[in-house]
Amino acid sequence: MPVLWKIASVIGSILVTMLGLLFVTFIIGRVMPIDPVLAIVGERASQSTYDAVYVQLGLDKPLIVQFLYYIGDVVRGDFGISLLNARPVAEDIARVFPATLELATIGVIMGVVLGVPLGVIAAVKRGSWIDQVARVVALVGYSMPIFWLGLVGLLIFYGILGWVGGPGRVGIFYVDVMPTITGLLLVDSLIDGNWAVFKDAFSHIILPASLLGYYSLAYISRMTRSFMLEQLSAEYITTARVKGMSEWSVVWTHAFKNIRVQLITVIALSYAGLLEGSVLTEIIFSWPGIGSYITTALLAADMNAVLGGTVVVGAVFILLNIFSDLLYKFLDPRAK
Amino acid sequence: MSLLDVENLWVKFPTRQGVFDAVRGVSFTLGKERLGIVGESGSGKSMTGRAILRLIRPPGIVQADHIKLGGDDLLQKSEKDMRAVRGQRISMVMQDPKFSLNPVMRIGDQLIEAYRLANKSDRKGAKSTAIEALEAVSIRDPERVMRAYPHEMSGGMGQRIMIAMMLIPDPEILIADEPTSALDVSVQRQVLSIMDKLVTDRGMGLIFISHDLNLVADFCDRVLIMYSGRVVEVCQADRLHEATHPYTRGLLKSLPRLDQPQGKLQVLKRDPAWADAPSVSGRA
Repeated sequence: MPVLWKIASVIGSILVTMLGLLFVTFIIGRVMPIDPVLAIVGERASQSTYDAVYVQLGLDKPLIVQFLYYIGDVVRGDFGISLLNARPVAEDIARVFPATLELATIGVIMGVVLGVPLGVIAAVKRGSWIDQVARVVALVGYSMPIFWLGLVGLLIFYGILGWVGGPGRVGIFYVDVMPTITGLLLVDSLIDGNWAVFKDAFSHIILPASLLGYYSLAYISRMTRSFMLEQLSAEYITTARVKGMSEWSVVWTHAFKNIRVQLITVIALSYAGLLEGSVLTEIIFSWPGIGSYITTALLAADMNAVLGGTVVVGAVFILLNIFSDLLYKFLDPRAK
Repeated sequence: MSLLDVENLWVKFPTRQGVFDAVRGVSFTLGKERLGIVGESGSGKSMTGRAILRLIRPPGIVQADHIKLGGDDLLQKSEKDMRAVRGQRISMVMQDPKFSLNPVMRIGDQLIEAYRLANKSDRKGAKSTAIEALEAVSIRDPERVMRAYPHEMSGGMGQRIMIAMMLIPDPEILIADEPTSALDVSVQRQVLSIMDKLVTDRGMGLIFISHDLNLVADFCDRVLIMYSGRVVEVCQADRLHEATHPYTRGLLKSLPRLDQPQGKLQVLKRDPAWADAPSVSGRA
């Protein structure tokens, strides 16, 4: 059964990579100069309390046993208790990750929808004014600090023009009015049919999402341009022209088909980068996402929260990679 | 009446060091014959072929007194009218099918596309025409080949597919740019004879661009020898050994011959004057 075998090998490779990820986070947890016992009991606890918690955490067992316990916990979805708010880390992540997911998804969609055509046109009209404009747009996107763009954006579009909502996911009146279904506010409000919340959430997400979208547009358009230039100089493009094809069809039906695989890698990487949570954007816009969650936890030495967040981000990376690998095989006949 | 009439063709590329002339004032006519263009790398032979189809991309410039196909000057045509010439009236086969076929499209789709660009036809009709075209170039099991991708084909098969694809719209002229150079010697002759048969049967004109003197002498009717962007000599292919230009003679002498073994092959000595002499006319 070759199909079953393929599925098994994909799942196997996911499991092995995940195991490696857990190993890394486990080691980080052990080598950090933070005493997990002290972090729980506080500095003025008695020695007997300290010892009791030490045993309770399983720190007296050999490392390999601790690692197996750790894997067992993670598989059950237990990342431990957060020191900051005494809630299970898993619950926290289930709350903050959808916020990042929503932001990153809209951002990457903007980056792809605008960046890919911009890159293709820049390559086709190489050296023209469109190419120069695309170059400047991308350069600004690369080089402007995102916190500066974010602040200026807030000042202009929120402060002066009042076109968009301010920081946060929704206005103060709508906080916690939605039942959590998916955790994605836009989706939840649609399911609930609550247009007021949808409009408010949309006006809040549009500015930070545009910023992230601009960021990925800069990257995606430059990469698209260079992939296209490479393909446009290929011989099969001459063949298509010799056949009498219009330049539009040459570009979109012949050249573009050949950059899809490379483009998917770039888009997947760009998306994964946004899903890690762009800390600066999330802080400026008071966005309760995973980036600001991990950063806050790290500053408070809340290792359970940091490691839990890291595992989730790492898992997202692995899954996106597997997904783009599967797409390759679908899009490039040579990869079969 | 010639099919194609090229007068004083120049191909120029502006560079930082000034304008580079890849082709310098080439004139020739092509009837229903097999015209060989021979020369070394950089002599301008491929550029000549591509300039006729107006495939030189900017910043390259094509200039000529005229490039007449039938009665029309191709240089006067709009890009849109030129698209109706490409494929349907003049077609081209390139060197290596590994690169000249689109790697991510099925062979059948590429053939069908070539036919439908020239003829208003539904997919079904185009498909049966494509299968006939593959049969005409001796492809066995064309149904299977239609569904295959280019990387699943051998070089010889790929080039026969390329020929089939370029002949589907029934053009008047085929430009073959080093069509056998990337192929194994064992399949070169087979591909050539298939191409020859199709071209002769249809009464087409063929421009055969190659660096292989012996091949051109065997295969063509008439030969232009190019050097440094100019035609230095024109002769009948069967009289190539009687060529008089020192460049052609030098090339012939630098080839090893089974019937006249030599201890040492001659090295071609170049005379700068060859590049400066005006182009010889290739008019029949």
